[in-house]
Amino acid sequence: MSSTITSGSSTAASGRSLLVRVLIPVLGLFWLAVTTLPFIFVTMTSLKSQQETFVTSGWSLPQSLNFENYLAVLNGGFWTYLRNSVFVLVLSIVLIIVISSMAAYAFARLRFRLNKPLFGLIVAGMIVPIHITLIPIYLLTRNIGLYDTPFALIGPYVATALPVSIFILTEFMRQIPKELEEAAKLDGCGTFGVFWKVFLPLSGPGLSTVAIYNGIGLWNEFIFAYVLTSTPAYRTLPLAIWDFQGQYASNIPAILTVVTLTSLPLIVAYAFGQERIVKGMMAGALKG
Amino acid sequence: MTPQDTQMTVPSVEKYKSLKAVMPIVVFLVPAVFFLVVFLLYPLISSFQLSLLDWNGLGTGERFVGMANWLRLAQDRLFWKALGNNLELAFFSVLFQMPIALLLAVVLDEASKGSRILKILYFLPLLMSSVALGVVFKNIYDPNFGPINGFLSAIHLDVLARDWLGDPRLALGSVIAVVCWQNIPFYMVLFLAGLSSFPRELGEAARLDGASETTIFWRIKLPHLQGTVRTAVMLAVVGSMRYFDLIFIMTDGGPDGASELMATYMFRTVFSSFQLGYGSTVASAMFLIVTLVAAVTMRLTRRYETEI
Repeated sequence: MSSTITSGSSTAASGRSLLVRVLIPVLGLFWLAVTTLPFIFVTMTSLKSQQETFVTSGWSLPQSLNFENYLAVLNGGFWTYLRNSVFVLVLSIVLIIVISSMAAYAFARLRFRLNKPLFGLIVAGMIVPIHITLIPIYLLTRNIGLYDTPFALIGPYVATALPVSIFILTEFMRQIPKELEEAAKLDGCGTFGVFWKVFLPLSGPGLSTVAIYNGIGLWNEFIFAYVLTSTPAYRTLPLAIWDFQGQYASNIPAILTVVTLTSLPLIVAYAFGQERIVKGMMAGALKG
Repeated sequence: MTPQDTQMTVPSVEKYKSLKAVMPIVVFLVPAVFFLVVFLLYPLISSFQLSLLDWNGLGTGERFVGMANWLRLAQDRLFWKALGNNLELAFFSVLFQMPIALLLAVVLDEASKGSRILKILYFLPLLMSSVALGVVFKNIYDPNFGPINGFLSAIHLDVLARDWLGDPRLALGSVIAVVCWQNIPFYMVLFLAGLSSFPRELGEAARLDGASETTIFWRIKLPHLQGTVRTAVMLAVVGSMRYFDLIFIMTDGGPDGASELMATYMFRTVFSSFQLGYGSTVASAMFLIVTLVAAVTMRLTRRYETEI
């Protein structure tokens, strides 16, 4: 009885391993094609002229390398969008890091009656679908006179990032050994000193997760930027695609050139730190 | 020193001490609380207040109408259709994303050679902004110049060529395909992490007992992943209920409401029809529904997680 089972399963195993040897690479390459074909289509089309897209197939190689679209887009206001994006991103991330690490330190180490309820309330904030805050924030932004400035985006960007960031950093800071804190206190550090000299430097990996996850989300953020700004001079990169799409109408290569250029900064960053970016995005999304 | 003196000084020292203890707590929390109250809590409450108004959002012509907007919502076919589409998105997201992501995770787990570079490339769609992806796939689906219909006609299957986003029967499915395309790698990485935490000895012990690779996968590895799969299902369902971006950019809920979601319906009601009061009702209802769905799925997934 037992011998039949073993022989049966061993043939099954060897049969499978042949199947696996063929199937694994085939599936792997198939999904590689599914993932990369849209990117290849975009890059190829961005190098074509407008007439070429009407007469040739979407899959044909460009007849010649034509960088006119790139020059037109780069000279057509692209840098303004890029500058706004960088400004909004840097200011938001600095605020998110400072504010959430301070709050996380309080939740992880300071004793007060409202510690747990307040922490629970903030963590619950992660469920709020941000789109429902759109209308009141639009009204608020108009009322305080920030409408159509890059500053309009800072408030909602920081606030929507805080719950998940505070959650990640609190978990992280809870694991920092108490002894280090006590040693610093013996050396004469107050609460602020302990936070600044012990907790902040030791939270490096947590801070980088927070920065990467929120950084990518905010760099790509569309709907708040669309509603809270209206002049191209104050709009961020995702809006460049939207605005150029209106401007170029049916000039598909030009529109896909904008797509390529706006996606390039993140792809370049990814080329330098794939592991960190994958980890950061996964950790952030899982907590959120 | 008289007893009265000590009574005078002790409370003030205590008061000073407690103030000194409270100060850091206040300083550390005030910035976070400020941002959260102004840009998250206040909008949430304000949304419910606005839902009781009839207002175009521009002038001062707002009128208190009580529950009229909520009664209208209860009978609004377009809203219920949008909710149905949200549920459809949730259903198909789970149905397609989970098995494909799991299959790819197994592929990467088995493929020793090149699995790192494949994983890196597979992850690319998650770095793209929704506007970029929406615009790209609008062109890919284009009935006249798009590469999908171009490919179909090249292999003489013109009969299958469709107006992918313009046909009310196909629009939602076409967008769901893109949503899946973008999110599958996320769940793949999640499952891959689960698979690589699978203890090798367990597989070897089962192999010694005569279990085939297939049995090991279905009977041991998959149950090992159960918690991860449930987390993934929860994320996909909650994400689908609040989904907005790609639909807004690719179809804007059209044609004729065929791909409308709660969030796109809310957006159009406010920023195209200028019914700010009613739009806030839609937003508030969406908040209640998402919270309910999140609470239910979280409870379900947590209960199952403890069962393992």
